[in-house]
Amino acid sequence: MTMNGDSPASVDARAVSFGVEAKTLLDSVDMRAERGQFVGLIGPNGAGKSTLLRTLSGVLRNQEGTVWLEGADLQSMPARDVAAMLALVPQIAPYTQGFTAFELVLMGRYPHLGRFQVEGETDDRIAKAAMRLTETEEFETRTLDTLSGGERQRVFLARALAQQPRILLLDEPTSNLDVLHQLTILGLVRKLVDEGLTAIAAIHDLNLAARYFDRLVLISEGRVLTEGRPEEVLTPETIESAFGVRAAVYRDPVTDALAISLIGPAQGDGVAPPDRAAAGQNGMSSASRR
Amino acid sequence: MQAVGLTTLRSYRQMGISARLAIGGALLLALVIVVGLISLSLGPVDISVGDVAWIVLSALGFDTPEFGRTEQLVIEQIRLPRIIVVAIAAGFTGLFFLALPLFAFAGAIAAAFLVYGIAVVGGHFSMATLLLAGVAVNAFLGAIVSAIIIFLPDNELLREVLFWLAGGLDARAWEHVRIATPLIVGSTAVLLLMSRDLNLMMLGDDEARSMGVRVGVTRVALLATAALATGAAVAVSGTIAFVGLVIPHVLRLVLGPDNRVLIPMSALGGAVFVMAADTVARMVIEPAEIRVGILTAFVGAPFFIFLLIKNKRQVYSL
Repeated sequence: MTMNGDSPASVDARAVSFGVEAKTLLDSVDMRAERGQFVGLIGPNGAGKSTLLRTLSGVLRNQEGTVWLEGADLQSMPARDVAAMLALVPQIAPYTQGFTAFELVLMGRYPHLGRFQVEGETDDRIAKAAMRLTETEEFETRTLDTLSGGERQRVFLARALAQQPRILLLDEPTSNLDVLHQLTILGLVRKLVDEGLTAIAAIHDLNLAARYFDRLVLISEGRVLTEGRPEEVLTPETIESAFGVRAAVYRDPVTDALAISLIGPAQGDGVAPPDRAAAGQNGMSSASRR
Repeated sequence: MQAVGLTTLRSYRQMGISARLAIGGALLLALVIVVGLISLSLGPVDISVGDVAWIVLSALGFDTPEFGRTEQLVIEQIRLPRIIVVAIAAGFTGLFFLALPLFAFAGAIAAAFLVYGIAVVGGHFSMATLLLAGVAVNAFLGAIVSAIIIFLPDNELLREVLFWLAGGLDARAWEHVRIATPLIVGSTAVLLLMSRDLNLMMLGDDEARSMGVRVGVTRVALLATAALATGAAVAVSGTIAFVGLVIPHVLRLVLGPDNRVLIPMSALGGAVFVMAADTVARMVIEPAEIRVGILTAFVGAPFFIFLLIKNKRQVYSL
């Protein structure tokens, strides 16, 4: 858990706690992401995944513990320096009145520009490249209010990439995306990670979690339950204890990836499983949630 | 025709920031000059637009042909200061801070921070609370103003207060220009420097913070600067209603939401609008005057409602 040799971890949160009024949302969380790793945060609704991401990005200030970014204490860093190093893609991309997708992506250059500077050709080029990567070039001149939730989510990812961060935090990046874009966007992040980016994403879909991430951190009620490689974390036992769902875990014969079939809620075990699960006993049928 | 207009607008929106500033600025500045010259030439003493132009140029120190002394006096001492007060004050006169001229700055800033203080109670800023707090504080201060008016000892004073409240630009002298100009020009420059932060803050506090904006400090600084400029404007012109609400919103529909363009263009657009309104106010029922604040509200409010209902979506989603 402590220093490992020469270079400090990209993100190293130690005993981080955060609460609002009497409610504790994060309870002494330790988590680490090394450079060039893709780390997934999984856990039920309200477990603290978004809160943890917002704390790691400095948007929220943790009351206890320390977040180290590349060896520097997050809370002592100027907000601009943090933003030049780290980008956060929100789960719900906010509507803005009238800004075009390109204008929004160009805003990603903010932390790299001085107060008296305006965006130049280099910034334009970086913004356009980011839109190409996320396949959002076609929305360039459209205003954000005319885009669908998923389209807007990809535009916000483009903005995060235009920030040219070394650390990318994504809050459920696939939540509004169609299946094709779930694969292309996670594939894109995976590729950038292989090129040296560090990424941490909250994700609900356990099959995608199993397939794309180097490490998973399972969070429940503000605490880390377990962490490790996907096959270590995604076991029927941990899934049942964290989510209250019975699951089967196996190698998918088609993709050869780790696959999870969710059988049904664990409580009321055996008595009247919900609709489809009763028929789906051949283990192959419903591999995705819902 | 409409299609051509939309295409032009669309390509304007896609230009770089410098081009948008240069083109929009040049067009509006030309309008300021044209409307300004026309406004200067109209009045009880009839002076041609050409003479007006020569008088203004000579006042700026250029060599010009001869013109009449009377005309020169009328322009330099009466109409020019009025016009300049109009022009510089106009971008900022939309907010309804009620305080008498001497205490206008202090009053404006105190009112602004009272409203802001209410909106951030509990540590969380909310736009809806801000607006409602503004309405409440405005009503409260309005009641104080009403009380003051009722207990005013003499009618002469009463007339003066009412005139100022209705917003008026008569009898403005160079003194007023000297008071207001540095404050307003300075504040505008500061607002411009913060306009990119403002763009990010329009996406929400969290978004702005994650992009490296120091949201709390920036908001307080923006508020103080805007209050200062508004206080200076209101001190010299009284409350001229609806300009600050209508002009930025109209320009926003046309030029897009980028505050780096919108702030300077609103200052120029506001100048054009109030100069035109002031000229009309002076001329319609000569030799009497309609209060310019009444006129702007009369024209501004219905026009704004019309825009909201009719055009908003269409023009927005270029």
